[in-house]
Amino acid sequence: MEETLNLYFQGTYSQDDEIQVVAFNLGKEEYAVDILNVQEINRLLNITRVPRSESHIEGVLNLRGNIIPIINLHKKFNLQSEGNEEDKRIVVFQFNDLKVGIIVDEVSEVLRLGKEDIEETGKVYSSINAEHIKGIAKVNNRLLILLDLLKILES
Amino acid sequence: MKMDMSQYLDVFLEESKEHLESLNQRLLELEKDSDNINALNEIFRAAHTLKGMSSTMGFDDLADLTHHMENVLSDLKEGILPVNSSVIDTIFRCFDRLQMIIDKIEINGSGSMDNSDLINTLENIKTGNFETAAIIEEEISISPLPAGENSSFQESFTFNEYDITILKEAISRNFKIYNVKVAIDQGCLMKSVRAFMVFKAVEEDGEIIKSLPPAHELDEGKFENDFEIFVISTATADDLEKRLGNISEISVLYIREIDINSLSTQSGSVRTNSNNNISKPSLDTPDSPRSHKAKQTVRVDIDRLDNLMNLVGELVMHKGRLEQIGFSHKISELNETMEQIDRISTDLQAVVMKVRMVPIEQVFNRFPRMVRDLARDLNKEVDFLIEGKETELDRTVIDEIGDPLVHLLRNAIDHGLESSQERLKKGKSHKGTVILRARHEGNNVYIEVEDDGGGIDTDRVIAKAVEKGILTSPNVEQISREEAIELLFHPGFSTAQNVTDISGRGVGLDVVKTKIESLSGEIFVDSKPGQGTRFKIKLPLTLAIIQALIVSVQDEIYAIPLSSVDETTMITASDIKMVQNQEVIMLRGSVLPLYRLGDLLSVPGQSDSEDMYVVVVRKAERQIGLVVDSLIGQQEIVIKSLGRLLGGIPGLAGAIVAGDGHVRLILDIITLF
Repeated sequence: MEETLNLYFQGTYSQDDEIQVVAFNLGKEEYAVDILNVQEINRLLNITRVPRSESHIEGVLNLRGNIIPIINLHKKFNLQSEGNEEDKRIVVFQFNDLKVGIIVDEVSEVLRLGKEDIEETGKVYSSINAEHIKGIAKVNNRLLILLDLLKILES
Repeated sequence: MKMDMSQYLDVFLEESKEHLESLNQRLLELEKDSDNINALNEIFRAAHTLKGMSSTMGFDDLADLTHHMENVLSDLKEGILPVNSSVIDTIFRCFDRLQMIIDKIEINGSGSMDNSDLINTLENIKTGNFETAAIIEEEISISPLPAGENSSFQESFTFNEYDITILKEAISRNFKIYNVKVAIDQGCLMKSVRAFMVFKAVEEDGEIIKSLPPAHELDEGKFENDFEIFVISTATADDLEKRLGNISEISVLYIREIDINSLSTQSGSVRTNSNNNISKPSLDTPDSPRSHKAKQTVRVDIDRLDNLMNLVGELVMHKGRLEQIGFSHKISELNETMEQIDRISTDLQAVVMKVRMVPIEQVFNRFPRMVRDLARDLNKEVDFLIEGKETELDRTVIDEIGDPLVHLLRNAIDHGLESSQERLKKGKSHKGTVILRARHEGNNVYIEVEDDGGGIDTDRVIAKAVEKGILTSPNVEQISREEAIELLFHPGFSTAQNVTDISGRGVGLDVVKTKIESLSGEIFVDSKPGQGTRFKIKLPLTLAIIQALIVSVQDEIYAIPLSSVDETTMITASDIKMVQNQEVIMLRGSVLPLYRLGDLLSVPGQSDSEDMYVVVVRKAERQIGLVVDSLIGQQEIVIKSLGRLLGGIPGLAGAIVAGDGHVRLILDIITLF
């Protein structure tokens, strides 16, 4: 657990016209989620397979006594896993009473996004269905897909 | 300056519910045996306490209704009025109304309700006018003061005969009666608080019967600078004076002891008297339970208990981890200490578990009334027996078990029992019997609902199943009685020929079954044609910490609750025989179907070992062999939920965090196959 990167106290204040996101890679695309929903980022350790569950459930993980389901978005959205095994991480999200981990290929950085940089979806193509996407952000020459994780979990 | 009562509201609600429950119970007793003076006394006491509590809290409508109930009850007690069915019905209706009001208070904090209809009825009963009482539905007339209420004490206190009854009773319990007048200093800013403190001080070992002005006005500070209270107390006058003297900003004007005899002999007028020669009134019945000392109890928020339970769970888990460390490093000193800790944590766990245990009485108590009403509605005669209501169960189970039981009882009375005529024709007693029974057995609790009705008509069940498309007709012939009964639990199945209010609302036994399985329980049916039906529910004592057998299949490790394990045995591949495409083994002369856990859970990899272990588990009283690679050992485990996202997977009951920090899954034998 000493590898845990705790994001709680890293200046999560944000102004109204700006949000902070955690950017990560899934397959060839770069995604981002609001940092306020991210609890921590962990290495892939000790995941227990859950038989008879849906195929995109990787298993469960013990996080300091809490049992957290781990979701494999690669399987859910048919993405190819890219990058080194070494760089893979579990991003643990918290939405009210629901805690889940998501396997990502690599966590790149924490970014500030201006509201004006974010474009509504519908126009942009990605491997993930448009209804699971909140928007697309353009930062320098990169395209970040903002995921609506709660919708993904509930679908 | 209104005194904030909201902090007492919870206590009020809780206690009112208790009193209502006891009221309900006694009322049923009284209905069975109208000479039951004890029951009547209890009802009276419950109504009286409710009255006192509600007026203190300022719920005037509630207080008013209970007051009128008390009037009638007192006349019943004195033998002035006969205890008959119309009176009891009225009191039942009052009881329902009280419950409504209290529910209303719980929901929106306001207990206002128009009770004039019931109050009229009560008034009519009191004046002996039963006919009007029975049918009265007409609107509002202002209720006149009851006859007994015009005698006065020093132009201020009014006592009616019921108050006097209470006073008599108090005397019989060695209480003394005092009339206390207290003055509050001029310039005191929070008069209501002082009044409250006086009340508190007096109520340390007594009860305030009356106050002038009434308690709620005192609470609101609506009084001049003095007030009077009428107290029953075990303390001496000196004690009271001393205690009251400790409260600042007040002075005691007088404390007078009242003689009850002068009070009763002079038809209600109360005299102040220094004579404390106390006679024992005859009201006390010899077997009344009031003499024994009440147990000391503390009310605790259930969340705190859950929290405590969780902490104990964590402790047990980490104890396991420590044990492992001690074992693998062979530290003998640690092992000794571990043994101690083990003992303590086992005790601790037992205590916490005990704390969470509640007698099933809580659930059972509401059934007699329900059965009575049901039997009436259906025009059936039912003897309802409850056995083992002191059986204790975990709080979480208690909360959930009520609805399934309601369902089973309704079934028993509606579908199970025949009508009186039919019963007589069959040579049975015209009264049907329904038994609700609870008992402990090992680490389980069994609850049974039994009727002596017609039993389950399997032909009708099968016909119905065909009609509903649950069964296809060709295989109807081969269905055994057991299989037919099993059909009852099929979703959407309901055998009620005509849909009644009571059952057959489309919610079938499958709901009952699902609920019970969600509590890790099982349900069995035992039915003999013409003799009756018995539903048997088996529940674990607790759902939080259990003993489990840890097994492995390939690289995966699972926990099987020990409660479903009968035995384990080692076999070799050659012991396995095939019968009708099903692997079986012979175990002490009986044939045991075998399932490989690896296949059931599609564990990756293939076992190539010759030796394998069979865990013999029980499902619905049938034995099944579960093949695993190895047995790791027995362990105490703390069950954790898999959470919303993964809940309800068949075969999995939850998860544990093992000593090495890995998550292990707990198998649920009932839904595994």
